[in-house]
Amino acid sequence: MKVSLFITCLSDAVYPRVGEAMVRLLARYGVRLDFPQVQTCCGQPAFNSGYWKEARESAATILKAFADSDFVISPSGSCTGMIHHYPKLFENDPEWLPKAQELQRKSYEFTQFLVQVLGVKDVGAVFPHKVTYHPSCHGSRLLGVKDEPLELMRHVRGLELVPLPFAEDCCGFGGTFAVKMADISGAMVTEKADHVRETEAEVLVGLDMACLMNIAGNLRYRGDKVKVLHLAELLEEGVKRA
Amino acid sequence: MSGTDKGGTTVKERAGLALNDEFLRKAVKFTTERLRNGKKAAAEQHGNWDEWRERGRQIRLHTIAHLDYYLNLFADNARKNGVHVHFAETGEEAVRISLEIARRVRAKTVVKSKSMVTEELHLNHALDSIGVEAIETDLGEYIIQLAGETPSHIIIPAIHKNRYQIADLLSAEAGETLPPDTTVLAGFVRKKLREKFLEADIGMTGCNFAIAETGSMVLFENEGNARMVTTVPKTQITLMGMERIIPSWADLEVMATLLPRSATGQKLTVYMSGITGPKRVADGDGPEEMHIIIVDNGRSLQLGDPEFQELLNCIRCGACLNACPVYRHIGGHAYGGTYSGPIGAVLTPALKKNVAEWDDIANASSLCGACYEACPVKIPLHEMLIYLRRRKVEAGRGNALETAGMKGFAAVMGNVKRYRTALKLGRIGQKLVVREGGIRLKVGPLKGWNAYRVAPSLAKETFRERWATLEQEIRSDLREMDPTMKERMERAARERENGKGGHSHGEG
Repeated sequence: MKVSLFITCLSDAVYPRVGEAMVRLLARYGVRLDFPQVQTCCGQPAFNSGYWKEARESAATILKAFADSDFVISPSGSCTGMIHHYPKLFENDPEWLPKAQELQRKSYEFTQFLVQVLGVKDVGAVFPHKVTYHPSCHGSRLLGVKDEPLELMRHVRGLELVPLPFAEDCCGFGGTFAVKMADISGAMVTEKADHVRETEAEVLVGLDMACLMNIAGNLRYRGDKVKVLHLAELLEEGVKRA
Repeated sequence: MSGTDKGGTTVKERAGLALNDEFLRKAVKFTTERLRNGKKAAAEQHGNWDEWRERGRQIRLHTIAHLDYYLNLFADNARKNGVHVHFAETGEEAVRISLEIARRVRAKTVVKSKSMVTEELHLNHALDSIGVEAIETDLGEYIIQLAGETPSHIIIPAIHKNRYQIADLLSAEAGETLPPDTTVLAGFVRKKLREKFLEADIGMTGCNFAIAETGSMVLFENEGNARMVTTVPKTQITLMGMERIIPSWADLEVMATLLPRSATGQKLTVYMSGITGPKRVADGDGPEEMHIIIVDNGRSLQLGDPEFQELLNCIRCGACLNACPVYRHIGGHAYGGTYSGPIGAVLTPALKKNVAEWDDIANASSLCGACYEACPVKIPLHEMLIYLRRRKVEAGRGNALETAGMKGFAAVMGNVKRYRTALKLGRIGQKLVVREGGIRLKVGPLKGWNAYRVAPSLAKETFRERWATLEQEIRSDLREMDPTMKERMERAARERENGKGGHSHGEG
């Protein structure tokens, strides 16, 4: 079975360490990820802004990249969520629509694949730190990834999970929203970062680097030292320590 | 320009005013938090919330799909009950019909219970223009009427005011200093309004649900003022959006379960009144003359539009406002229309069918989906916001800079060679601005972002550049896959092809 990595443009360009952690972690279970080089971006920035023609041009690279994959795994609920919009994006295109529908069926967010498909709950990690978790909106609300990350963290030895107040509130990223409505987005991320600080956690963990980039950027702007990690990084780090 | 319709400014400018208003932000946060926590608790207590949401959605879908049939049934039955039923295609027409009735009965004052549709029509202003005084009798509406503002929330019109501001407003009306004590303040308003109820010529209401099978109208309220409005004055005028219909009283049970829980977390509304026609001979009270004005005003534009028809399913509970993280920070007036929050951001342009005029309103959302999750009839507002944005772009009204940017985006992202080149150029370019692995420069597109954050720099090596080495490393000590895992993968692949099992899409 061909399991392919959909790295997402953000992790490719800014956070390659997240992709690396996924690759290493899955290799421990004998899953050899394949990485099609033609992939670029899922097209979400254009799609959400209303530029669907442009979104289709970008999405086409993803449809081509994963045409013969059996499973497509990404480190982002939002980018996987975008693939779930492909049937709508290509609804008037009889050639691409079946491909879009097929890709939607075989696309998974990373923890969805790990927990739901592989059945892994305990990766055997040790991570003796106070951790808080931000459930990103698209992953949790639109894909329904809610229990998977919590299940994985519950089995990490030494990890103390501190609940994040108002965890389900959006961090204020919203793609181009953060640029177009900068002050509203700024108020939202400031409140989110305040809640992270309230927990006194050493590490903020999540499943989506765009949201984490947003929150980490605000924490850093205010001189806060909370470490921000994708769950794949935390798990891989914890397995190395075990 | 808080409280005025549109106000000639952009959402961004209005939001800026709200963000600098600490009173407003505190008041809105306080109440929306209380309401959404109440709603969450009520939904959990209910036990089968999602099944009832689905039931509610099905009732609304069915009714709207057969709206012409149910509207006629309702109108026929209401007429049999002795109600004068009027259809108004536009807001102006609804206003004209209302004013004609007011003139004919020589009305001096109108007492009103809470009605968003009359806000949509600016009916108070119109009544005032012919010398008829309109008095709001819902406490929140009364407060904002005194302040000369419009509601900033669908069910809590004065949500943006705290009790000190309210005490000041009511003190001015009372001619004496009232303490900022809610019991005292409500007591003052109650006493004041009693006199108004007794002398009013017309009672004016909105309509939560109209029951087609009996031609009845149903009002949900907590203060008892709507009962006064519908029993004391001799004439009653009810204004209702044409989509307020449900087929039967049995359907009302579902709505009465969903609406108060979603709105305030109440299991039941304090007063639920079903009114079937004017006063009958044996009745002790009630209006002698009753009118129902059914208002279209842009609603029927949604019929037959696959992307927006579900908008008519809305039961106006306000749950999406309370759940919305944007509303939480900017309140309702920043949306610039009668309806605020996520529902307002979609409904206002949809009713006007003029996306250009409502320029940036659909942009005031991070598309987080909290509105959809909170909605008791599951309206996909987060998707409709994207459709609105798309329609604007398709109409050629996209922002010029953004349009150019998106063309560039497609050129780069549509081709992996250009994508790789762009990243390489970016890495060279960023050397000028990266300090300690971050970018703090506040210029260009980074201006807004870096006003609140440090931007990360591009990685020294992209994932794809690293891939060849990484893959070799992995291959050298790859383990054998556990047979049960292999079996699980094969099963997952089989099940999703058969359209069952598989992974969730978060629907429902």
